[in-house]
Amino acid sequence: MEMTDVVLETSGLVKHFPLTSGIVFKRKVGAVQAVDGVNLTLNRRETLGVVGESGCGKSTLAKLLVGLERPSAGSITVNGTDLSDLSNEELRRSRRDIQLVMQDPYTSLNPRMTVGDIIGEPFDIHTDVVPKNERQGKVRELIDLVGLNPDHINRYPHQFSGGQRQRIGIARALALRPKIIVCDEPVSALDVSVQAQVMNLLDQLQKELDLSYVFIAHDLSVVRHIADRVAVMYLGKVVEVGTHTEIYEHPTHPYTQALLSAVPVPDPTLRGMRDEIVLEGDVPSPADPPSGCRFRTRCWKAQDICATDEPALENRAERPHLSACHFAEERDVIHAAT
Amino acid sequence: MNQTTDTLTAGDGGSSGTPAGGPPLAVKDLHVEFRTRAGIAQVVNGVNFHVEAGETLAILGESGCGKSVTAQAIMGILDTPPAAITGGEILYHGTDLLKLSEVKRREVRANQIAMIFQDALSALNPVFTVGFQLAELFRVHRGMSRKDAKAKAVELLDLVKIPAARQRVTDYPHQFSGGMRQRVMIAMALALDPDVLIADEPTTALDVTVQAQIMKLLAELKDERNMGLILITHDMGVVADVADRISVMYAGRIVERANVHDIYAKPSHPYTKALLQAIPRLDQKGEDLSVIKGLPPLLTDIPPGCAFHPRCTFAQDTCKTGEAPPEYAVNASHDSACHFWKDVRGDD
Ligand SMILES: Nc1ncnc2c1ncn2[C@@H]1O[C@H](COP(=O)(O)OP(=O)(O)OP(=O)(O)O)[C@@H](O)[C@H]1O
Ligand SMILES: Nc1ncnc2c1ncn2[C@@H]1O[C@H](COP(=O)(O)OP(=O)(O)OP(=O)(O)O)[C@@H](O)[C@H]1O
Ligand code: SF4
Ligand SMILES: [Mg+2]
Ligand SMILES: [Mg+2]
Repeated sequence: MEMTDVVLETSGLVKHFPLTSGIVFKRKVGAVQAVDGVNLTLNRRETLGVVGESGCGKSTLAKLLVGLERPSAGSITVNGTDLSDLSNEELRRSRRDIQLVMQDPYTSLNPRMTVGDIIGEPFDIHTDVVPKNERQGKVRELIDLVGLNPDHINRYPHQFSGGQRQRIGIARALALRPKIIVCDEPVSALDVSVQAQVMNLLDQLQKELDLSYVFIAHDLSVVRHIADRVAVMYLGKVVEVGTHTEIYEHPTHPYTQALLSAVPVPDPTLRGMRDEIVLEGDVPSPADPPSGCRFRTRCWKAQDICATDEPALENRAERPHLSACHFAEERDVIHAAT
Repeated sequence: MNQTTDTLTAGDGGSSGTPAGGPPLAVKDLHVEFRTRAGIAQVVNGVNFHVEAGETLAILGESGCGKSVTAQAIMGILDTPPAAITGGEILYHGTDLLKLSEVKRREVRANQIAMIFQDALSALNPVFTVGFQLAELFRVHRGMSRKDAKAKAVELLDLVKIPAARQRVTDYPHQFSGGMRQRVMIAMALALDPDVLIADEPTTALDVTVQAQIMKLLAELKDERNMGLILITHDMGVVADVADRISVMYAGRIVERANVHDIYAKPSHPYTKALLQAIPRLDQKGEDLSVIKGLPPLLTDIPPGCAFHPRCTFAQDTCKTGEAPPEYAVNASHDSACHFWKDVRGDD
């Protein structure tokens, strides 16, 4: 039926949060440019990793994708349908297809609801999905699917560990049989010994249920493990997109290179062998981003043109993939272990 | 920069004539309990480690295993009650801090052992300027004049590479970014020129690019001042990058201890080995991560025998009852608290 395998696409997606001053008469004095012109595509059964440092707009992007925030401009297309063309009712239905798993398993679940009620809650909103008398069975099935004990259906969140709570969040996201799941830092709050359990679960569910993932994380090692393609964000913009190999082995944007070079590798024999790029200074404010290339204030390659012309996200360098740097050029940052 | 270091040392009353006995800091058979409603939580159960001058010791372990409580016991900042130190020694150059008079003990802790915390914002006082908080240290502990103390504060901010230090001394903590605040914390910790610096997850709350800056700064300062650095962390990447030796902690005990190269090349405790296989690596695509089944135990209910046995793939019946396994000497500088360390290493 479909011509392509694209399940999700954003075009020129923008979210600005107004900054106001004054107490009685609020005046708009500027805007936080949290997401500023993001174009991304997600293919069927694919995992798109989104990485970037704190405040670069990852969670805002996630909220836009699942409809928790309305875009200031731009469009989101799900399975070929532009969401901005839809009526409210149609919008509500299409939202079923795209669900969110949140970062913090400690605060994202209502402490006063049982696990069964939490996982079954989407059925209260979308009453036509499962007949009332089959709900209990369906919820038990979901609990089982994520590797928990269905007999614990009447327990409360505090009776579960962090990793188990994250499984509950995943079960809830799966309730409406979505095609796409947006995971916002799903393992960041978990211990290393438990992270692997949740990552393997996501992997297994993807294969069983034909899911596509947008996987947001600040941990580049985690994303390397799970993503097929990767988008790197800086101050509300995507600066580089490519396959797993393009980003990790042939990065061309200086920010991607700096980010990769900063990640310590758990192997002491590689100590001092990394290509160390230590960035100066801090990330500028998204309310007042630099002109031209937003990375230029911390970039060691910046020239005059970087302050005047915004580099487009386009195919560049030897192994062409999308990169938004005037001087895009490969650099082997991670010296792969032998 | 050199000048800064010199003047600081010159102003230091304590460290030059310190007693010679033993390493700057050694912890022996430390026990800490928490008496809670849910029962007695045995949080630290016979921990041993030491740090030499100029060396970085990493204490690695997962959330809740007792890393911060150990550090708080050393610093004397445990809430007692509910906490109680029920056994062991904390030796500063061979002198047991737990046996010193309150006054002496405070003096050592204020001057010679310093600590930086994960969350700098909550450790700094929000109502005073950064410069005032730094200057106070010199006024209280060194009896300096207001003017001299302020000059010192500027020097220190400069030392930790805060740009435009002279202007920024009058700023409040919330006016600094996360990375800068952590630098201010480091400045405060170093103010009185300690022998030992305990850094409890100093970069966990920071972005990777900032983490790299801070770790670099800590390593430089440690070398310059020949301090013993105890780095508490759960990040095996950071440890591989900066530590000389590692102690791995599980359920309030050190389960493996070795120099950094040995432990990554030949882990000799099942927990360490499993952790190394469960972490995704930046330099490897790696199809499946092996999983450690189950969860760390509740400290109110630590399993008998080896606390790791319910999650362990090497466990035999001997692991499931009685005392915890002793620290077996794998070689002169490598210990493992596992009965089957030979199987874990896989050499014959
Ligand atoms: N509701 C809001 N009102 C105003 N500003 C906001 C709002 N939500 C987010 N922001 C701002 O937008 C920017 C992007 O925030 P976002 O939460 O998307 O970042 P992030 O990449 O998810 O960061 P982190 O890694 O810390 O989770 C930040 O500067 C943030 O302060
Ligand atoms: N004030 C307290 N009252 C009761 N129990 C406490 C208290 N402080 C700590 N504990 C318990 O002591 C144990 C060890 O805590 P600690 O803070 O040392 O862990 P940690 O290894 O530093 O973990 P993390 O990596 O999460 O910082 C935990 O199980 C904790 O619940
Ligand atoms: S002592 Fe036994 S249970 Fe403990 S780690 Fe070794 S093999 Fe596993
Ligand atoms: Mg976020
Ligand atoms: Mg801690």
